[in-house]
Amino acid sequence: MGDRLTTSTLLVTEEDEKKHEIIGAKGEGKELTKEEKQRLRKEKKQHKKNKKDDRGPPEKEKEKEKASVPAPSKPATQSPAHKAAPVPVNASASESPVAAEKPAKSKAELRAERRARQDSERASKQGKKEGGQQSTSSKPKATPNELQPVVKRLPDHVQVDDPVALKKLAKKLERQQVPLRSDYGYKVSLFSHLHQYSRKNPPTQQISIPVTVIHPSIVRLGLQYSQGIIAGSNARSVALLHAFKQVIQDYSTPPNEELSRDLVNKLSPYISFLSQCRPLSASMGNAIKYIKKEISNIPSQCKEEEAKRILQECIDSYINEKIILASEAISKYAIEKISDGDVILVYGCSSLVNHILCEAFEKQRKFRVIVVDSRPRLEGREALRRLVKKGIRCTYVLISALSYILPEVSKVFLGAHALLANGYVMSRVGTSQIALVAKAYNVPVLVCCETYKFCERVQTDSFVSNELDDPDDLIVTRNGKTHLENWQTFKSLGLLNLVYDVTPPDFVDLVITDLGMIPCTSVPVVLRVKNVDQ
Amino acid sequence: MPGADKETELSERIEAFLSELKRCGSGAGSLRGSAETARETTSLLRRITAQARWSNAGDLMEIIRKEGRRMTAGQPSETTVGNMVRRVLKIIREEYARSRGSTEEADQQESLHKLLTSGGSSEDNFRQHFTHLKANVIEAINELLTELEGTTDNISMQALEHIHSNEVIMTIGRSRTVEAFLKDAARKRKFHVIVAECAPFCQGHEMATSLSKEDIETTVIPDAAIFAVMSRVNKVIIGTQTVLANGGLRAVNGTHTLALAAKHHSTPLIVCAPMFKLSPQRIQIFLRSFCFLLPGEILSKVNAHCPVFDYVPPELITLFISNIGGNAPSYIYRLMSELYHPEDHEL
Repeated sequence: MGDRLTTSTLLVTEEDEKKHEIIGAKGEGKELTKEEKQRLRKEKKQHKKNKKDDRGPPEKEKEKEKASVPAPSKPATQSPAHKAAPVPVNASASESPVAAEKPAKSKAELRAERRARQDSERASKQGKKEGGQQSTSSKPKATPNELQPVVKRLPDHVQVDDPVALKKLAKKLERQQVPLRSDYGYKVSLFSHLHQYSRKNPPTQQISIPVTVIHPSIVRLGLQYSQGIIAGSNARSVALLHAFKQVIQDYSTPPNEELSRDLVNKLSPYISFLSQCRPLSASMGNAIKYIKKEISNIPSQCKEEEAKRILQECIDSYINEKIILASEAISKYAIEKISDGDVILVYGCSSLVNHILCEAFEKQRKFRVIVVDSRPRLEGREALRRLVKKGIRCTYVLISALSYILPEVSKVFLGAHALLANGYVMSRVGTSQIALVAKAYNVPVLVCCETYKFCERVQTDSFVSNELDDPDDLIVTRNGKTHLENWQTFKSLGLLNLVYDVTPPDFVDLVITDLGMIPCTSVPVVLRVKNVDQ
Repeated sequence: MPGADKETELSERIEAFLSELKRCGSGAGSLRGSAETARETTSLLRRITAQARWSNAGDLMEIIRKEGRRMTAGQPSETTVGNMVRRVLKIIREEYARSRGSTEEADQQESLHKLLTSGGSSEDNFRQHFTHLKANVIEAINELLTELEGTTDNISMQALEHIHSNEVIMTIGRSRTVEAFLKDAARKRKFHVIVAECAPFCQGHEMATSLSKEDIETTVIPDAAIFAVMSRVNKVIIGTQTVLANGGLRAVNGTHTLALAAKHHSTPLIVCAPMFKLSPQRIQIFLRSFCFLLPGEILSKVNAHCPVFDYVPPELITLFISNIGGNAPSYIYRLMSELYHPEDHEL
């Protein structure tokens, strides 16, 4: 073994011999066993720690990330010796600090954590600020997480105005072979920190089909998201989970790799691709966190078929519990709140609210529904179709007619996209307006939301974190004239097509969740209960 | 006979005007602004005064009232017609009183005086014949027409007093008064305008393109985003269809939501409305046809509503800017009493 190491060092010429001794050894990795690899990784870490004074922590992360790059590509390469050498050369030559390569970093963290746990050797390193939430496994479970300072990273999709962040993102996507989508059209200055894509430029234009790096079901899912074929947070989460089931089904562990680590690495470019197609929703984020946790909890002795079966079952049970059964529970609570003779106002198309109304109708409650709709999505038509098919008496208005119709209304039922930790409700744009006018007319507002949509973010306005949809959607033809047809030619004209807005908690009277009926301000309590349970 | 010719010509013109009003109301003809309607009504009334047969003020008032009733019946939602009729009636009363020799202050005090006395003396007041009454009335109507032509300019001249630089201003739909107001301010100041498109006819689009042609930074937002962006707006400037006697508004639908959102964020709501939009009558909210709102097969199974106007209560309004200056909503009733005579409130 020692001879092979020395011969490989003669092949490469670099200033740092020790580093490339290790990396040269990695080039022959197929012949190394798992224990050897672990030892090599530990040595490399020690070596990096010694060099910590020369370079900053960002370089250390770059090294770790370099380690992750050769590892998955190892099984693919035939002659690793001379191919592994150029890879570290290129990586070391790259200028920009990749401290923000967060997914790689956190996965490296996970790996380091597990190693520390398994070997019970070295404790966590400095760069583990990010892993603060995940490091609870090494601390006693009784300590509440929320009292530790958690430095949350800023998501990429709200940093569009920062050129450094954009460059980092571009590099990361290039490495993962995910196409970078370019912005479209003039962006309103208030929203220059967000992306604005056009539906006519789907992200698949820049990648070759069939795609080698990204699983085909993920490509299809991404296209469905970006074209708006799958919309609505429940639908998107369920579609995502089904696609991941397919991915797990088709996955095969490469030799000398652990399923629990490698599969998580495989998922990372898929998630980047999906977030390029359309920024991830809070429910999708929670689902992905759950899957990653489940994958990393697979014991290493588990055989591959067994592991896959376990994961499929986990996903199925997640969908069943958090979405399907939750909606049953919410319907039960909500039906108590619907009395005979009610006039109920709903906005847009929320799958949960539609389900509640259909259930209430089946239970012989007598009520009628007013569906409020808004341009440009006009989702209310879909809700109208579903309710009319059931036989419920409906009225249809646009949101500008709200003040006209509200005196007739006795209750307002709204769906939510996410519930934020400070009690604000993030939902389709227009929801806050409905809540405002309902409050002015003293009509009770009830929000229905499953607990898996609760997220720890806080937000006070609709600007800092939002989504900009295709601005061309606002163009419309009325009376044979399309005024905004050439809006791009007017350089001072911008079109703003927001997707979400946040409703302050004082407009909302009650939130109906699968855990019961709670006021808006109790959301952090639920989050804490959930975290302790996990 | 020349007299009969004149009469037939007159009635032809009145008929033409009525049919024009009806067509505009149904949306088939071109949409005209209220200023145009007001001008045409006033010129028509001047013609009636000049060409119709009357011997004393009372007769003239009867004729005008009758024509006025017909015109308002032709298009009930267009209140400027009725407003102009009432203005002309007030002019006639004033000119009559001036010819009789009594001063104008006495006329105004008459209304209070009438409350205390039995008020029986006014009935036969308008039967006296004055030779110069016709000329005086026509001259006064000409003054009214001049005033009407200058209203938009008068309002725009006040723009710089209300808009400072780097402001974000929100407006809804399309108002020619507000358009002129903002364009005038844009000549000297740089600011940003957000236009709510006002579905379903989306007149906001036209407004936005027109403003951006003058190099004003404009953004078009859908109606649903009004509350979402309101926190960054400094002022809301809107036009209106009618100003009511209590200081409230009958404006395009969606304005009430805008006013509530502005109130929540304590953003001042400024209404640019010329004086001829002040109306003393009771209002109705009209519904528009909604056949294009939904595809046909669903439409047969649901009710749909598409109101044309919104009522905005006076508590939500901060300021009225009209051709005679700025006023608080609580002062509108006083302006109303100066413009119209209480007996003319019901035509």
